[in-house]
Amino acid sequence: MNFYAIRAIYLFEMARTWRTLSQSIAAPVMSTALYFVVFGSAIGSRMGDIGGVSYGAFIIPGLVMLSLLSQSISNASFGIYMPKFSGTIYEVLSAPVSYLEVVIGYVGAATTKSLLLGLLTLLTATFFVDFHVEHPVWMIGFLLLTSITFSLFGFIIGIWADDFQKLQVIPLMVVTPLTFLGGTFYAIDMLPPIWQKITLFNPVVYLISGFRWSFYGVADVSVALSLGMIGLFLALCLGAVWWIFKTGYKLRN
Amino acid sequence: MLQCPLESNTAPKPLNWPESMPSNPIISVKNLNKRYAGGFQALKSVDLDIHEGEIFALLGPNGAGKTTLISIICGIANPSDGTVIADGHDILKDYRSARSKIGLVPQELTTDAFESVWATVTFSRGLFGKPPNPDYIEKILKDLSLWDKRDNKIMSLSGGMKRRLMIAKALSHEPKILFLDEPTAGVDVELRKDMWEMVRGLRENGVTIILTTHYIEEAEDMADRIGVIRQGELILVEEKNELMSQLGQKQLNIQLQVPLDTLPKSLEDESLSLEQEGNTLVYRYNSQTESSGIATLLRRLDEHGIEFKDLHSRESSLEDIFIELVKSST
Repeated sequence: MNFYAIRAIYLFEMARTWRTLSQSIAAPVMSTALYFVVFGSAIGSRMGDIGGVSYGAFIIPGLVMLSLLSQSISNASFGIYMPKFSGTIYEVLSAPVSYLEVVIGYVGAATTKSLLLGLLTLLTATFFVDFHVEHPVWMIGFLLLTSITFSLFGFIIGIWADDFQKLQVIPLMVVTPLTFLGGTFYAIDMLPPIWQKITLFNPVVYLISGFRWSFYGVADVSVALSLGMIGLFLALCLGAVWWIFKTGYKLRN
Repeated sequence: MLQCPLESNTAPKPLNWPESMPSNPIISVKNLNKRYAGGFQALKSVDLDIHEGEIFALLGPNGAGKTTLISIICGIANPSDGTVIADGHDILKDYRSARSKIGLVPQELTTDAFESVWATVTFSRGLFGKPPNPDYIEKILKDLSLWDKRDNKIMSLSGGMKRRLMIAKALSHEPKILFLDEPTAGVDVELRKDMWEMVRGLRENGVTIILTTHYIEEAEDMADRIGVIRQGELILVEEKNELMSQLGQKQLNIQLQVPLDTLPKSLEDESLSLEQEGNTLVYRYNSQTESSGIATLLRRLDEHGIEFKDLHSRESSLEDIFIELVKSST
């Protein structure tokens, strides 16, 4: 194991994070605050409790997931896309590093950053609503697993993308709608019966449901199923990354 | 343990270096092919041995396959088939050991913009699996006149400084083999001189150097051996001096006092010709033969009463040879 290389990549990526810290923090804090003002206070005050949880508190796990998913994907995809775009990737390709080490370095840094921002979103929420966390260890576990999984997913997008447009298209056209329709703002049983079935094909439903369970002990689907689905998606992403490095897809021609 | 390539305390190589070269190659390329998906074959059965401690110049027109060959050896591109052994390690099966011995300065100035000089060189060393060594990095930056710029962001550097920074990055992990792909492209004369001085210094410390350049006079100056690649084929590998004397010709230009229409019958010879409307008599001879025949020629001119006002000789340069080679095999 080339630990010096993992450390070098990780520190390089974290340096990028610290350099862009103000914008990295400002954007998610701002958007979370806006969501709380609009949905938590303005609209939420007129809505009843869901499963014994006030609406303002109900949307917190979903909003944290929202920023976690978008941050994980954008950090990781940008992290590997930029060296490809600028050409500095030559150095990583010519270095004595295995694909596993490259992934640990890049994905580890992206995970760290999105984890920090997820916790920051949670901290922002405390200024707007009262809420409690019933299973804090599980909560951190879900945060961590989701960050890793979606940072891996972002890494794959970053390798696949040949231009900036492709870099944006998946987060914008796929992940955002899935997150909004994944139960951030409603419980699944509030949907018409047919949509209750269709929505189960949305992987984000399982993330938000499991994560919300760790807060309030209530869930749309069973916790085991949530964990299983995250595990499945993690395995799929690992498989894709393994294939990318094995074939040199878009990295070594 | 690797030698620190910039340290000058190791014994310099003897002057008659080419003859004393070891038979064990530090890089051995065997039957290397590179075909792209579109069907284009960038390399065709390339066989090449690079000797330890030499400066090897790879010459060829644009698109001949120089960079492809370098990219495969350094691990940036995958070969279609064939093997490459670097310092005893297969570059695919034992890529860790192979790549940790190799430093690469690519042709393009590809650097991060916002990193500092110090950070990027430190990053390179770590990436190649070496424990931090600030003293060594300080030494490289000083040797490359980048020490004053160590805290500057890379984007604030000039082109020449960026080029030196790329070299610093490539040297950061103390490689035994250094690839320089067009290191002097777009670099001013002064800096080019410094750069070649540094390359010589590296060689004296035992670093093997493989370079490509479009300035063929630089290859003529620097290289121990020359390889010429054309359309993916390595058409020639030869010691530079050998190449120059085998394929190089000498030419003596004799400026005549009175122009001649034709040569006297007894002087007619394929090595003699009249040029510049009979004002110049040109004598071509092989620089390898023991006697050039100049003395005999001058005596015979005298016998024929042909007087001359000036004479000068010139040797064909590597560039002449190179152009001839690439042309003749097209």
